[in-house]
Amino acid sequence: MSVAGLDAERLGSVLDTLCPMHVLLDGTGHIRHAGPAMRKLAPGGVPDGTRLTDLLDLRRPRASDRMEALLALAGRKLHFALRTPPRTELKGVLVPLPAEAGAEGPGAVLNLSFGISIVDAVRDYALTSADFAATDLAIEMLYLVEAKSAAMEELRRLNTRLDGARIEALEASVTDKLTGLRNRRALEPVMSRLVETTTDFALMHLDLDHFKHVNDTYGHAAGDAVLQAVACRLTGSTRDRDTLIRIGGDEFLLVLPEQTRVDAVADLARRLIRELSRPIPFGERRLSVSASIGASLSRMYDPPDPVRMMHDADTALYAAKAAGRGTYRQYTPELGQMGAGEAN
Amino acid sequence: MHGLINQAIERFGRATYGDRFWERVCRGQGLPVRRFEAMQSYDPGVTEAMLDGLAQALGKARGEVLEDIGTFLVSSPSTEALRRLLRFGGTEFVDFLYSLDDLPARVRLAVPELELPQMELREHGPRSFSFVVRTEGAKPWFGHVMVGLLRAMADDYGALVVLEHMGASPGREIIAIMLLETAFAEGRAFDLGAPVP
Repeated sequence: MSVAGLDAERLGSVLDTLCPMHVLLDGTGHIRHAGPAMRKLAPGGVPDGTRLTDLLDLRRPRASDRMEALLALAGRKLHFALRTPPRTELKGVLVPLPAEAGAEGPGAVLNLSFGISIVDAVRDYALTSADFAATDLAIEMLYLVEAKSAAMEELRRLNTRLDGARIEALEASVTDKLTGLRNRRALEPVMSRLVETTTDFALMHLDLDHFKHVNDTYGHAAGDAVLQAVACRLTGSTRDRDTLIRIGGDEFLLVLPEQTRVDAVADLARRLIRELSRPIPFGERRLSVSASIGASLSRMYDPPDPVRMMHDADTALYAAKAAGRGTYRQYTPELGQMGAGEAN
Repeated sequence: MHGLINQAIERFGRATYGDRFWERVCRGQGLPVRRFEAMQSYDPGVTEAMLDGLAQALGKARGEVLEDIGTFLVSSPSTEALRRLLRFGGTEFVDFLYSLDDLPARVRLAVPELELPQMELREHGPRSFSFVVRTEGAKPWFGHVMVGLLRAMADDYGALVVLEHMGASPGREIIAIMLLETAFAEGRAFDLGAPVP
């Protein structure tokens, strides 16, 4: 086998530099020389005379693995897999060599590369940059893969941090997302501030009537629409300095600074019940709810105690519910006695 | 300034001297942000303030602090990814030195917004090089980082070198490199295949 005066050995050494992952085949499909990178892929090296088909399995195009069939695929892109695990896939191209005088058919050079499997292959076979031709872009590709993974990892970390920050912000938020009213977290600071500044106030505990029925019959979307409409009407019927809180489900708390008169609070409660009893449009439908309200007034306590006021407004609310829906009760010590009596 | 640079300075401060030291430096410089995001951009004044703060707190010249940062970037386990990316530059320290000409282009491939000064290696003899950093009107500080980084990389390759920052003239900084031995020590291992996370 000689090409332009090169014998197999000298041709092999040229190819070792130009394409380290090649094999030189003789006319019968036996390996006469394997490049240094190729030798690393076979556990026992590639002894002279190994049959190519014992080393590599031709996957595409499907063809007989006889040498004549391989030669017929000269110049085409070939897909091989190593016979030994991890059965790394290889790309290859075969170029026939001129026949030697007296030899049985021409030999060939088969050059191989990893293609996309390169990232695993460098690890599996402990390859170094010396295993790639100086002109090969493999090292740049490995560099890019790693640089991009590092950048992605940084982005992933940023995302996790932002997510954490979002959850924290959500937890610290005092706004009820659905209605735009305040949420439970707003209650304590608002009441404490009023107590500290010795501002008298009324506390109303409001609970919707028939809300469960609307929710169960027309679905959650209808329920949400009701809650939003209720929030809107409550806002429209109160002053800017009043604090409206949705404490969950269909329960609301209203903190009303400087509402100290029993009859004024009762008037407001009745007005609110009237407002909330008006039908709420929902698509083609008109939904009906009402409200029960219990209230406590800070000036009835000395000193005003937010915890007790909450409890008493609650007691009043249950009295209102017990008295039939759509009614209002203000807390009185007698009501407390009654509640205690019932509890016993 | 790119967040990666600010984050590198922050990591250096926290890892080498502790969180409380870092908080003190930032407080001293009146910096509202003390934790930097790698993929965000910051006002250049913030970077300057951090470097001034570090130099003051450590009682070192700014150049020395910058060199320490360069060394930290290659030798700290927390920035191992960077060391690996640099080692892709070549199998020998000299190959690595030449690969630095391409460093800004390589960096752009990975992080398009991060702009580094153009750099050029000049060979004066088989063991004598100079390294030119084109600062283009920016304050001359990148060269000092490179001195620390090159020193640590020489160590990484197991090469014995003498490095010196030769000062800055308008638009450029020059580093002198004397390569005493290419295989002085074992160096640190580098496999092309990234360790499986």
